[in-house]
Amino acid sequence: MTETTATAPRESGAMRALKGIGLLRESGVGMTGAGIILFWLIVAILAPVLAPFPPNATLVPMLAPGGEAPDGGIFLLGTDHIGRDILSRLIWGSRTVLFYGIVATACAYAVGIVMGLAAGYFGGIVDEVISFIANVILSFPVMVLYVIIISVFGASGINIVVAVTFASAPGIMRIVRGLVLDLRNRDYVAAAQTRGEGAWQIMMVEILPNARGPLIVDSCLRMGYVIITIGVLGFLGLGLPPPDPDWGGMINETRTMALIFPHMTVFPCIAISSLVLGFNLLADGLREVSLRD
Amino acid sequence: MIVLLAKRFGGMVLTMLTVSILLFLLFETNIESVATKVLGPYSSDEQRQIWLEKEGYFRPLYIRYFEWLGNVVTGDFGESVRFKVPVGDVMWDRLANTAILGAAAMAVIIPLSLLLGVLAGMREASKLDRTISVLSIATTSVPEFASAVLLSAIFVFWLGILPGTSSMTGGFNLVELILPALVLILYDFGYVTRMTRASMAEVMTTGYIRTAILKGLPYRTVILKHALRNALIAPFTVIMLQFNWLLSGVIVVEFFFAYKGFGALLLEAALNQDIYLVEACAMVAVFVAVATQTIGDVGYTYLNPRIRFN
Repeated sequence: MTETTATAPRESGAMRALKGIGLLRESGVGMTGAGIILFWLIVAILAPVLAPFPPNATLVPMLAPGGEAPDGGIFLLGTDHIGRDILSRLIWGSRTVLFYGIVATACAYAVGIVMGLAAGYFGGIVDEVISFIANVILSFPVMVLYVIIISVFGASGINIVVAVTFASAPGIMRIVRGLVLDLRNRDYVAAAQTRGEGAWQIMMVEILPNARGPLIVDSCLRMGYVIITIGVLGFLGLGLPPPDPDWGGMINETRTMALIFPHMTVFPCIAISSLVLGFNLLADGLREVSLRD
Repeated sequence: MIVLLAKRFGGMVLTMLTVSILLFLLFETNIESVATKVLGPYSSDEQRQIWLEKEGYFRPLYIRYFEWLGNVVTGDFGESVRFKVPVGDVMWDRLANTAILGAAAMAVIIPLSLLLGVLAGMREASKLDRTISVLSIATTSVPEFASAVLLSAIFVFWLGILPGTSSMTGGFNLVELILPALVLILYDFGYVTRMTRASMAEVMTTGYIRTAILKGLPYRTVILKHALRNALIAPFTVIMLQFNWLLSGVIVVEFFFAYKGFGALLLEAALNQDIYLVEACAMVAVFVAVATQTIGDVGYTYLNPRIRFN
């Protein structure tokens, strides 16, 4: 009995996802975005196979794109100031960016959704307190918040995730709260209340699934913005500790030489911009498709 | 209207107070670390204790907070650890430089994005609309540090027509302002454009526009007299909110181009553990953000006749 109730919605969820992908095919912009993201996902997964050199190995310094390695290989995108292959670092760096981007966005959503559900569903004093906290955090220029948090608590992967969660959850909370205010007076919520279901069960099972549309679009946009944030922190020297490659850090390490050796900075810039563009295009395509039906 | 003004202003004061408490707790709860930051990591424990005693750090936290708050409100932020002068002496000059940079960027962002947004929203789903929308998505996708690198590569490395740094060592130089402003414009105009487009597109579907078109008014008149006035109310708020984003953006841009502005100062102060300077910069940044947001809210209610005459 419990098994059937558990599997039934999962199947319909998968069906719905398939239908969503089918709809997305009508949007050229959305498909382009999905294609770019898929490309980087595959690059990240296959990094050990695709990267021609070890990402942290110092080989020949400051070679222009197309330079030859001593053992016969070619540095397609050149090498950086201490002789590491830029293409290999880009490929391995995609793992870092996607991993921290996804983890940080997911954490921000977990916190933002719980805050937004509580504020919208309970209303009253709960709503006022949560909304006030959100307003205070949102009144900070976001980069100021990141710089302060990271400079006080130190630069590390976990602190980046915490800082992104802290800075992004209030925005997510506002969206969720607005959706809940609209949904909580629906008949199916009243029915669940009459059945005697608990408040959190109603929020999670009845309300949240019906609010997913705008949240999916927002999560794509936010994912893009989180990737920018991780890049900016790396660029300001507040990102992940060296030597493992991360795109923002690569730009930071070589930016003083950017005017003599542009290839060291230009390629990571193109990589990060393309990935963000992918998420933004996907978000635009999804919004377009969701407005249509 | 007056009640509303008072409410907004009260909200602003309350937010600022909360932010000040948060910042104070974050930076000054641990007095040992305050002493280390001010006296440096090589100071002896005895020196720190003497300094803490002299500066009154052994009094309760809330008394220190109120004293600090009183000083901040009167413009006394303490002395910068690094520059050895009152924080205000360093900060206000830098803030003025950033205001120049921000004004230069806004002077382009506002007209450009309003024009593009109106053109795109006028005929939804037209070719022009799709082009402008995709263009604004594309420019917003390029992070500021990336466009700074790419623009420098083009204009400084290849064409050699613009300077690569904007430190203004030889006095104010308009040419050095071009690249930093351009980076801010590229990153920010797309968002305002999209918001303007959404507002314009919404107005175009209303009954009074259909009436105006159906009664045979020329399309020009419909757009200029009927649509624009209503479509430009929402972008006003969006533009005021951009000051918040601009303060984020200047940190990256000023750092990259070595522009002596507020954002670079905040970053330097944070990296150097220049505690009083960080506190002051954060307070000022939040104040600018909250003040522009309040102006945006109040302006919106004033501009919107449905609320104004209610």
